[in-house]
This record gives sequence, C-alpha cells and structure tokens, in this order.
Amino acid sequence: MKHHIQMSLNGDPVEVLVEPSQTLLDVLRDELGLTGTKEGCGTGDCGACSVMVDNRLVCGCLVLGPEVAGKSVETIEGMAEGEVLHPLQRHFLEHAALQCGICTPGFLVAAKALLAHNPDPTETEVRYWLAGNLCRCTGYDKIIRAVMDAAAEMRQAPTARTELKDQLQHAGA
Amino acid sequence: MRYEAPETLDAAVALLASAGEETKVLAGGTDLLVQLRTDLIAPTLVVDIKNIDETRTIAETAGGFRVGAAVSGAELAEHAKLSSVWPGVVEAVSLIGSTQIQGRASLGGNLCNGSPAADSVPAMIAAGAVANVAGPNGRREIPVEDVILAPRKLSLTPGEFVVSIQLPARPARAADAYQRFIPRTEMDIAVVGAGVSLARDEAGKITDARVSLGAVASRPLLVKDAADALIGSTLDAAALTALDAACQAACQPIDDKRGTIDFRTEVAGVLARRTAEIAYKRAGA
Repeated sequence: MKHHIQMSLNGDPVEVLVEPSQTLLDVLRDELGLTGTKEGCGTGDCGACSVMVDNRLVCGCLVLGPEVAGKSVETIEGMAEGEVLHPLQRHFLEHAALQCGICTPGFLVAAKALLAHNPDPTETEVRYWLAGNLCRCTGYDKIIRAVMDAAAEMRQAPTARTELKDQLQHAGA
Repeated sequence: MRYEAPETLDAAVALLASAGEETKVLAGGTDLLVQLRTDLIAPTLVVDIKNIDETRTIAETAGGFRVGAAVSGAELAEHAKLSSVWPGVVEAVSLIGSTQIQGRASLGGNLCNGSPAADSVPAMIAAGAVANVAGPNGRREIPVEDVILAPRKLSLTPGEFVVSIQLPARPARAADAYQRFIPRTEMDIAVVGAGVSLARDEAGKITDARVSLGAVASRPLLVKDAADALIGSTLDAAALTALDAACQAACQPIDDKRGTIDFRTEVAGVLARRTAEIAYKRAGA
C-alpha cells in the first residue's frame, strides 16, 4: 500500500505517494525528480545522500519515505538562492574542491549543517564532522580548505550574501 | 512490506504480535535499513516506534534518567545533564558511526540489533541500565546485560520491544567511562570495547563498580570478577593488574579480520585498565 505523505521540502509544502520500502533518497530522486542528492553506497557509509530532516543531518538512504510524513526536509537544491550560490558552494568552486562531483552535494549539505552548529570550527572539527562523507577524487584537503574559508567569510559578513542578492535582483530588474 | 507508525504502546504491541507477519521494529534505522537493502531480512511489516512519546523523550526521574529507545545519539550528546551524569554512556553512543548516523542511531536500536560489538551496550551494562519492555503480556524490565543472548538473538519474546532505557541515579563521587579499540581513528566496529562505572568514598577507596566488555564473546559481558578486583582498592597497581587479569580471563573472543583471539584478549585487559582510570578520575572530580 502506498502512503500519501505531506512534508516541507526546501521550505515548500509537498505531497507525494511513496511505497513503504522506498527510502527518502528514492523518493527525492525517483518521485520528486530532485536528483541533486546522490546515491553512493546505499548503506550509510559514504554520505553522498546527506540531507537534513527536521534540522538534523542524516543519510537519505537510511530513512524510509513514509517516515518523513509531516517533517521538514532540506536538500542540496535548497542551498543556493536562485542564481546566488551559498558561500560554501562558491568556495568549493574557488578551491576546485571537487573532481567527479558525486560526493559534492553531500559534502555541501553536511558542511552547512556543521557551520549552523559551529560557525568557527577548527580544522580537526571539520575533518571529524565530515568523516562520514567519502570522496575518492580530491584527497579531502581542498574540501577542508573550502569549508574553512567559507566559515571565515560567513563569520565576517553574514549579511554580504543578502546584499549581493539584492544587487543581483536590482540589476535583473 | 507494510509500514506502520502507531502512536500508542498498545497499538505497537498489537501490530508486533500480529499473526502471520514477519515483523521488525524501526527506531533510527541505521542497521535495519542496511539489512533490508542487503536482503538479510525481508519483513512483511515494519513498525516505526518513533511516534510513541516515550521512545522519543529523555525524562529525568527520581530513579535517574529514562531515555527513549529511539532518541538519537546527537540528541543524547546535546543533553548537558545526561552527559555530565552518565559521560561513559554518552561517549559510547557518540562513537557509533558518522555525524549522519548520529542523527538517527539510538540506544534501543544499538541494543536490539544484537551485536556483541555494539558500542553503547557495555557502557549501559556498566551503568546498571535496565531496558523497559512492552509486550502482549504488559510491561517488564530486563537488565541490559540479559537482553542479548547471542549475535542477533535477544531475550525478547514475540511481540515485545524496548520502549526506553532506565539509567539509574548517580551516587556522589561516582562516574563511568567507555573506551574502544579500533585500528583507525573514526567509524569502525569495536575490536574490543570496555565500560566501567564506579563509586569511590572520600578517601578514594572504590565502594562499588561494574565492568563490562564488548566484542570479546558472543554477547556483551558483565564481568563480576573484574568489578571485585576494583572494589575496596584505590585503583592502585595491584588492583589494575587484578582487573586486567579478570578481564582477560572472561574473554572468549573469535579470530577474525579485526583481531585475533590473543590480541583481543590482551587488549581487553589494557582497555579495562584505561577505562577504569578515566572513570576513577571523573568520580573524583
């Protein structure tokens, strides 16, 4: 029997029919067409499917679809504001902190959760927090540097992003 | 496969006791969903217990803390009072998996997964924790050391499930600790785990102790001889040597890729010493 569930997805109300055996990852990718969240191992070891459920970082592959009824889900698709990249996304590009890119959405979602929890992490804290996100291309160093730089920028200018967004909207109008 | 998320204990018990169903209880799902995916299990009914209030709350009671079976590791670590009263239990559950796993993994799930190497279980056993169980014949309490009988085999009867874990009140000058050995720094399964909870008097003499070992037998062990080696001592060299010997004597480990019988046995003694030293220091602080 399919379950008719309602949830908040990146701030928008969503209704979807899910099979009991579908994972949240399956629901996002196959039912809702949000393919930014990746499937790596499917067993909670690699972190590629990292998403937020009720403000808690989890692996989308380890949550059953029906479990998120009434909950708030945030994915990589909710990270940029329109054309304006999140500072983490910008610093990942600046540092070339990705090669094949499969792990990148998971790293970004996990790093954003870290900075919400701890805006001024040490390198060691970043490495431990992201220990559940595996990358087979970069050797991690560029990722760690991108997160540290994004954290520093976000601490200094929490409003800069809003201003940039205003400017872009103004220019567009 | 059917999925149900009852809101009451009675409804959950009725579902779990349904005739002709192969049922599984879902708490955080970090083991269950892996077993589903790898076809290790094929239940016809999954009962999600997280909509039952008692499974999701940490309550301070006259008798200590009642921790819901499905409260996540992250929530336990964020609970300042629980972390200060039972630091060993909280550090043990915090060792399970990554940040993502911590968002879901629970004491109840770690216990009922039935692994001899579960990190939180020796810590709960050392703490004297009791599992609050609900089932078709009502509720009962099972000391945590009596829940796992063998790998994946529990003492729960059909229809029963763990609703919450009762951690006792902490006497003065008492503390607990948990240490594990893994060949890397993060995210691995214990080769050996050791939990110690002890109380000391004003002069520093140990008045009460419980010692538990994980991953060195077919089930997590409560090692009474090891506790006896500590009680009455001030954790001097002789007591630590006796603790080490008692822990080694209790080991009945397997040889596998994580460690040989000899290695696990020796490490159990060393880890128990270190864990006892940490608990003793905390108890004096």
